[in-house]
Amino acid sequence: MSDSGQARPKVGLFVTCLVDLFRPQVGFAAVKLIEEAGCDVDVPMAQTCCGQPAYNSGDSADARDIAQATIRAFEGFDYVVAPSGSCAGMLKKHYPQLFADDPDWRARAEAFSVRVHELVSFLTDIMGLDAVAAAHPATATYHDSCSGLRELGIAAQPRALLASVEGLTLKEMRDPDVCCGFGGTFCVKYSDISNAIVEKKTQTIEASGAELLLAGDLGCLMNMAGKLKRQGSAIEARHVAEVLAGMTDTAPIGGKG
Amino acid sequence: MEVTSPTFKQNAVHALHDAQLQKALGNVRAGFIDKRRKAADALPEFDALRDAARDIKDHTLAHLDLYLEAYEQKVTDSGGHVHWAETAEDARRIVLDICRMQNARTVTKGKSMITEEIALNDFLQLAGIKAVETDLGEYIIQLRNEHPSHIIAPAVHVNKDQVEADFRRVHDYLPDDRDLTEPETLLDEARRVLRAQYFEAEVGITGANFLVAETGSSVIVTNEGNGDLTQLLPRVHIVIASIEKIVPTLNDVSQILRVLARSATGQDMSVYTTLSTGPRRKGDPDGPEQYHVILLDNGRTSMLGTEFQDMLRCIRCGACMNHCPVYHAVGGHAYGWVYPGPMGAVLTPSLIGVDKGGHLPNASTFCGRCESVCPMRIPLPKMMRHWREREFERGLNPATQRYGLKIWAAFAKRPRLYNFVTSMAIPLLALFGGRKKRFSFLPLAGGWTRHRDLPAPESRTFMQQWRERESGKQRAAA
Repeated sequence: MSDSGQARPKVGLFVTCLVDLFRPQVGFAAVKLIEEAGCDVDVPMAQTCCGQPAYNSGDSADARDIAQATIRAFEGFDYVVAPSGSCAGMLKKHYPQLFADDPDWRARAEAFSVRVHELVSFLTDIMGLDAVAAAHPATATYHDSCSGLRELGIAAQPRALLASVEGLTLKEMRDPDVCCGFGGTFCVKYSDISNAIVEKKTQTIEASGAELLLAGDLGCLMNMAGKLKRQGSAIEARHVAEVLAGMTDTAPIGGKG
Repeated sequence: MEVTSPTFKQNAVHALHDAQLQKALGNVRAGFIDKRRKAADALPEFDALRDAARDIKDHTLAHLDLYLEAYEQKVTDSGGHVHWAETAEDARRIVLDICRMQNARTVTKGKSMITEEIALNDFLQLAGIKAVETDLGEYIIQLRNEHPSHIIAPAVHVNKDQVEADFRRVHDYLPDDRDLTEPETLLDEARRVLRAQYFEAEVGITGANFLVAETGSSVIVTNEGNGDLTQLLPRVHIVIASIEKIVPTLNDVSQILRVLARSATGQDMSVYTTLSTGPRRKGDPDGPEQYHVILLDNGRTSMLGTEFQDMLRCIRCGACMNHCPVYHAVGGHAYGWVYPGPMGAVLTPSLIGVDKGGHLPNASTFCGRCESVCPMRIPLPKMMRHWREREFERGLNPATQRYGLKIWAAFAKRPRLYNFVTSMAIPLLALFGGRKKRFSFLPLAGGWTRHRDLPAPESRTFMQQWRERESGKQRAAA
């Protein structure tokens, strides 16, 4: 953005609970990318989680309370951006549904929804980014996380930006659009089934020949990285934002080796 | 049939350890998905047809009474009889009454999930009437005394060696040197047995893919031709269909047919699409002397007007289970009743109660692939979530889950407290993660660490670091 007098868009970062607790550098990578794309970023302190654990467990009352708090916390921002297709999908697609019987909040949730974007698609589709200034010499494979893919249509955007990363080669795994078996609380409630699903996933990841696994959702990444590590795989896992922001000098998710 | 849905978790573990089943499930993943994709891609208007199909059913469901009555009138006009059955028991009794009037000893059956739903075969057997399944897959599982594990490929869990063993066990007159090693030779043997049954049977029973209000016709789609022989050769043809099979016109049928086979098997059309309207008319070369239609409710009307009404659009193509990672992992029998996969996860609690079928809508990752391929655009994950809401409201989920959720929610609703507690706990957890940066075991996280390592937190929480960074910036500016 130039100094043509146009104000820089104000972006509120929805950090997501997993990034906050387990992988802060994804949050800092997101801040860096959004700032470099020409926006001002702030992080409202009154945020915790998007509410999916409650919502998907049938506890819509708590989900509604959390949704209201989140909507309030992000008032005044031009955009609300989350480094997760799943959480962005919750904010964008499901918050309005939570207030189906409450016209006032429904309207607020819909107005909020319009401003919500997943990080990578925000960079490409809203800020018009088509390349990043990052380098990471590796052969990577990209997993399409389900909510990002099917609720928000995110598939081409991360691949396009990754193609601009110097030294990075993208090798597709078979069926990158098939679920990794995470599913939020599903992975502990039905851990045996979840395990069977992630085992098939890590087979396809291994078969791709890539040395680096990328995805846009930390939940899926922790599941797949955790399984790869348990299987003794040398494949490393990172959030796509880390690579796009050039922040890959730290340990990968679940450590090395 | 015995309902084992309440033990879904144990059923699933059993299925996961069944090596033969796991091999067979590989065929589901390999077979159906590419065929559907090719068929859908080859038809530019495929997605528009899905919209049209959805709209046809929505319209029909909004005027269900009207179309059902119009249909009944047309069936009666064409010389057939319509029987209304509120419950499975009513439907079974009506079938038995018709069979008794014919002194029927043998009944042939076309493939029909609705007769599975009302457990008709067991009932007829107890009444001394032999029911013979004529669809090859159904015939195989009947020999095995099993139930379908897939709504369009009932024997998808069985391999051909098992079928040979079953044939040799039941067709015990077969000489040892008779070749039964290939699907073709197995088919020849089944065909030989079934041919005789078609002529022996007094009554033929089929389901219906559609009932047409405009003409009073029932429509079945098959690939083997067995349905035609079932409904044409016996003296009496009974159609059993649930009420949501109705569509207004033949034109509507032809539109929905264009998405049905493509979604199911990837065929443009199934090999046979057969319409039957009333009994044999004067001058007809063949056909039954009597034509009966049993219209079954069995819980459907209680879904109307609720958040589950959209499920009544389902045309039983099986695409949702063909694309479901959970179905791929455990197969159909683990679901514990008639309907497996995502459509079963929504329908089963509706029909047998959420207290029995409650696991099914929970056993989903909400990956959404089912909805993305459903030809009728049924929002399956959304409806599974509605079942979870009903369970939560009624307190049906385990107490540990409920309390765990409530405690978590209490924190999630208090950002200051949440940030304070996590800023204390997370650095500790990061410390315990050590140089490996992961846990292979962690108390209270056994559900996770039993099968996979848990990546450790990097260091301190993002919020903690951000707050310090921002106050550092302010100090620098001051």
